[in-house]
Amino acid sequence: MTDENLKKPFIEFRNVTKRFGDRTILDNVNVSMYKGEITAIIGKSGVGKSVFLKHIIGLMKPDSGEILFEGQPLSKMSRGQWTTFKRSVSYMFQQNALFDSLNVFENIALPLRERTRMKDSEIRTRVEEKLEQFELDEVADRYPSQISGGMQKRVALARALVTEPEIILFDEPTTGLDPLRKNAVLTMIAHHQREIGFTAIMVSHDIPDVFFIANRVAIIEDKKIPFQGTPVELEQSEDEIVRQFIMGQESLKDELTGLLTRQEMERLLSAELARMGRYQAKLALILFTIDDLKQVREKIGYILEQRIVQCLGLMLKKHFGMIGTSARYDSSSIVTVLPHTDCERAEKLLESLKEEMRHKAILKATQHSKTCVDISVLAGVACTDSSVTIESLVKQAKGNQKVMIKLSCSGNGVK
Amino acid sequence: MTDSAHESRGTVAILDFFAAIGRRAFSFVSELGAVAIFFVHGLALIFSLPIQIRKIIQQIYFIGVKSVLIISLIGLFTGMVLGLQGYYSLVKFGSEGLLGAAVALSLIRELGPVLAALMIIGRAGSSIAAEIGIMRISEQIDALDTMDINPIRYLISPKIAASIIVFPLLTAFFDVIGIAGGYITGVIMLQINSGIFMNSIYSSVVWADISEGFIKSLVFAVIVSTICCYEGYFTHMRPGGFGARGVSLATTSAVVISCVLVLVADYVLTSFLM
Repeated sequence: MTDENLKKPFIEFRNVTKRFGDRTILDNVNVSMYKGEITAIIGKSGVGKSVFLKHIIGLMKPDSGEILFEGQPLSKMSRGQWTTFKRSVSYMFQQNALFDSLNVFENIALPLRERTRMKDSEIRTRVEEKLEQFELDEVADRYPSQISGGMQKRVALARALVTEPEIILFDEPTTGLDPLRKNAVLTMIAHHQREIGFTAIMVSHDIPDVFFIANRVAIIEDKKIPFQGTPVELEQSEDEIVRQFIMGQESLKDELTGLLTRQEMERLLSAELARMGRYQAKLALILFTIDDLKQVREKIGYILEQRIVQCLGLMLKKHFGMIGTSARYDSSSIVTVLPHTDCERAEKLLESLKEEMRHKAILKATQHSKTCVDISVLAGVACTDSSVTIESLVKQAKGNQKVMIKLSCSGNGVK
Repeated sequence: MTDSAHESRGTVAILDFFAAIGRRAFSFVSELGAVAIFFVHGLALIFSLPIQIRKIIQQIYFIGVKSVLIISLIGLFTGMVLGLQGYYSLVKFGSEGLLGAAVALSLIRELGPVLAALMIIGRAGSSIAAEIGIMRISEQIDALDTMDINPIRYLISPKIAASIIVFPLLTAFFDVIGIAGGYITGVIMLQINSGIFMNSIYSSVVWADISEGFIKSLVFAVIVSTICCYEGYFTHMRPGGFGARGVSLATTSAVVISCVLVLVADYVLTSFLM
C-alpha cells in the first residue's frame, strides 16, 4: 500500500464531469491508474464505463475537470505531444470494430500502413508475426464476417498490439462470451501484458473474472468512484457502498477459491456463536495463513498467488467437507469453522490434513520453474464453548499458529 | 374565459408559430454551416502529404468507371427523345434544320450536367452514404480515430477529389452520347440531312456553353460528394433511428437532399452564367 503513495499516477482523472444533455454520466470522478499495471474499471451495464474509456483517448472531452497523462493535462497538450500520446495508445472495441471490407491481414496491417513509413516487407513481417502469435495464419485472407467471434476478438487484439503501444484500452473484452472463452481472452490479455509490459485499462462488468488478472480495480457506481484499490482490498472491504455493490453481483461465493466470503462467514459464525450460549455446544476455528504469499506475487505472478490460495481452499473444502465450512478471511488466510467440535477433535483433523497434504502433491509450479519461492502454511486452532466475539476467536487461533507444512525450493517436496 | 385571456392565447399561438419557423431556419443555417466546414476540411486534406493517389484512383474507378454504363444508356435515350421531341416542335416552324443545335445546346448547357449528376447520385451517392453510415455505426470510424488516422482524410477526401475529376468527364461523355442519340433519331430515323444537322451544331455551340456546363458539373460534384459523405458520416447524430434504420434514413436523405440541391444550384448557376 505504501508504494502507491510513492508512485505517481500514469493516467489520472481529476474532478471529471460529463453530461449528455441533462443526463450526467460522470460526476466529479477522480481515478488514478499506474504504469505497467492492469487496471479494471468495473460497474453495472450502462453506467458510463465506455464513456470513461473514450475520455482517455480523446474520443470524448469532459465538460469539466482534467485528464492527465504523466502529469500533463490532455487538453493543454501541444499538437506534437498529443500525436505522440495518441500513437502510444491502442483501443480494443467491445464489438471489435474490424474493417469489414478488408481481410484479416489488411486489418492488422492498416495502422502500420497508414501511420508509419515502414516498408511493405517490414509490415509483412510484423503482421505475420502477429498472425502466428494469435493463431490466425489460416484465416489471413478471410474477411471479418467469415470468421468466428472468437477469432474476430483475436484479430482485434492483434491489431491493437501490432503498433507496440504503451497503453491499451479494453472496452468490455469479454462481455457476451461464454465462460470458457471469457477465461481465454482474459488469460491472453494478462499473458501478453506480462510479456510486453504495457499498461492496460480494462472496462468490464464481468466480475469476478477480471479480479483474477487486475492489479487495481475502480468501481463506477452512481456516476462516482466509491472505491479504487487492489482486487483483494475490494473483496475484503467493509465500506457499505462497496459491499452493496459486491452483493449486488452474483459473486456470493468467493469465486477464486470456491469458499464463502468473509462477510458470509462472519454472519454464519455470529449465528453459531449466538446459538452457543443457548445450547452448550462447542465450536472450533482453524486459521490457515499462507506465509510469503506477497513474495510469490512479486517474484512470480499474481495468477500463481491466486492459484495457491485456490488450491488450499479446494483442499480444505474437500477435507473438512460436511464437518466444517471454510471461508476466505483475507488475501492470504482461510478460516475453517467447525461447529460441534472441540479442540481435541480439531487438532486431530488438522493432523490428518497434514498427512494428506504430505502425500499428495499440493502444487506443481512447472510454468515458472525459473524462479522459486519458499512458502509455508501456518495453521492455528482455537476453540470455545461459550459465546465469544469472532475477533477474539480468530486472535486466539492466530496466537496458536504453527507451521503446518513447508514447500521449499531446495528439496523438491514438502517438509 | 375573458376577452383578454382569449387574446393572449391567440398571441401566444402566433408567437409559437413564428418561433417554430425561426427554429427551423436556425437549424437549417447551422446545418448548412456544418456541411460547409465538412467540405472545406475534406478538400484541404486532399493535399496533405503523402497524397493518397492510390485511394483517389480507386474512388475514380468506383464513382466514375462503374457509372459509365448507366451514363451511356441514359445519355443515349435522352438524346434520342430530344431528337424526336425537338423535331416535332421545330417542324411546326419549318426549322427542323436547327435540330442539331437544339439537341446539342440542351444537352451541353442543361441536361448533360443535371442528368449525369442525378444518375451518379443514384448510383454512387447512395452507396457512399450507406458505406460510410455503416462504418459509423459499427465504430469503424472511431477505430480509425483511435489509431490516429484522420477519418476524414482517409474516407472523405479521396471521394471529394475523385468526384471533382469524374463529374465533368462523365458529363462530357453524356453530352457526346446524347448528341449521337439525337443524330440517330434526327438523321437516321427522321431523315434530316446529316450535314445540316452537324453544321447547326458547329455554328451555334460556343465555348461559353461548354464552360457553363463544365462549371455546373464541378459544382454538382462538390454538392453530391459532400452531402452524401456528410449524411453517412453523421448517421449517429440523426434523431430518427439507430443502427440499420439510421443508415437507411441517412441514405435516403443523402439522395433526396443531393437531388434537390443539384436542381436548385442548377437554377442559380444558370441565372448567374446566362
